Amino acid sequence: MSVIDMFVGLQTGLSADQDIREEIRKVVQSLEQTAREILILLQGVHQEAGIKDIPTKCVKAREHFNTVKVHLASLQMKFPSEQYYKYHEQWRFVLQRLVFLASFLVYLESETLVTREAVSQILGIEFEREKGFHLDIEDYLSGVLNLASELSRLAVNSVTAGDYTRPIRISTFINELDFGFRLLNLKNDSLRKRYDGLKYDVKKIEEVVYDLSIRGLMKDQPTLTAEK
Amino acid sequence: MSNKEGPGSFKKHKHGIFQSSQRKDEKFSVDSSSAIVMAFQSFQHELDARHDKYERLVKLGRDITIESKRTIFLLHRVTSENNMDEVLAEAESKLSAVRQKIKQVAQELVGEDMYQFHRAFTPGLQEYVEAVTFQHFITSRMLFSISEINKQLLFEDLQMPPTTEKAHTLGIQVTPVDYLLGVADLTGELMRLCISSVGNGDMDTPFELSQFLRNIFDGFSYIGNTGPYEISRKLFALKQSLSKVENACYTLKVRGSEIPKHMLADLFSAKSEIIEHDDVIS
Repeated sequence: MSVIDMFVGLQTGLSADQDIREEIRKVVQSLEQTAREILILLQGVHQEAGIKDIPTKCVKAREHFNTVKVHLASLQMKFPSEQYYKYHEQWRFVLQRLVFLASFLVYLESETLVTREAVSQILGIEFEREKGFHLDIEDYLSGVLNLASELSRLAVNSVTAGDYTRPIRISTFINELDFGFRLLNLKNDSLRKRYDGLKYDVKKIEEVVYDLSIRGLMKDQPTLTAEK
Repeated sequence: MSNKEGPGSFKKHKHGIFQSSQRKDEKFSVDSSSAIVMAFQSFQHELDARHDKYERLVKLGRDITIESKRTIFLLHRVTSENNMDEVLAEAESKLSAVRQKIKQVAQELVGEDMYQFHRAFTPGLQEYVEAVTFQHFITSRMLFSISEINKQLLFEDLQMPPTTEKAHTLGIQVTPVDYLLGVADLTGELMRLCISSVGNGDMDTPFELSQFLRNIFDGFSYIGNTGPYEISRKLFALKQSLSKVENACYTLKVRGSEIPKHMLADLFSAKSEIIEHDDVIS
């Protein structure tokens, strides 16, 4: 086989690869679009009016996740499933964002940390790598770390809205999360970098709790939080 | 690493603050068996296992790189027909040792997604491609194709118990990009070979090499920018190597007829030293 023939063969492979990447990019773009919509919806809880009807927002967000499922299903059709990590970088960011949104949703609903299985279910993907398109553990953890910073914001805003008990529940939750992350031996990578930001969220929430306790506001049972 | 030294002392400290400020003693003592903590314990195992595997692969990858580099240096010692067989035999034994290392990489990757750990050993594979194509060029003056390389990297799997009925071959396949990057490095070696062969009084090799390099250059031009970014970067170095070889051939052609044969090598090596000064250092 002549040298040029070999290169022609290789080039065919490379451009096929590029085609796949382009297809993936298209789906990822629509995923990002949906993710933004969910984000806007859920961010409503930071407003005084929004914090009162969290359940309605959660129901709406759940509906949006059906769109996500459809997009993710079509993403899986774009490439052979055993080459997940070959193209991983392309959907990594959006998947982390979706994990964050799903975990935020679950937190608002039940004030618990979403499990990996549950996120996979919400997103309509597999839990284990062997079975196909799955959720990488590092992506899951990154998404959860985003949840922490969102909750520190929510703690502040719920005080403004007159809900004085929520920050305390958030504080318990974040502390448990912090405890969990301390168990991990992280490498010096992007996940580690994000984890390093967690302490600021913890600090922020502790400050809020401190402010409330020093003023004796924690014992008040505001009429707002009838839900818990 | 703060999270390594931390867990014991610092956590208890935090714990204390938390308890006293919020009076949730009983709630937090349940903590170590809570769902979140349990989940994170399993994450710890999973991440540790993954990082360990990655580190093992990086180490294997480095060994592959070093041994391949040594093989290349060895192959540069082919100076005449006399020692050729001897050197080639030694190179072959070195390369088969490298293949054993690659087999270990393959064993690490059984049941894994190869691309997940690809970054750990891709420099090693590229270096191996460079070595094996160089060896093949010296013996047959042809470019070793990717399918032939991959054929050599299939191993009989003797360690796996014969539980599954499938034929036990395991191996790593060199990806097209690994192959192309390895071949691009090969051209640098060929340039060195060209210059040194003139020093040995071999007047044919430079012309063969320039032809071969032109073919490879054409091939890379055909690929252009369809490949990843690294390939286009290597293309620049390839251009330089090619022009060095072409200039060498030019000098041979023009000056060859004017200067007595015994002085040619001196003239040429003096000139080429200036050209490839920076390469000699590396």
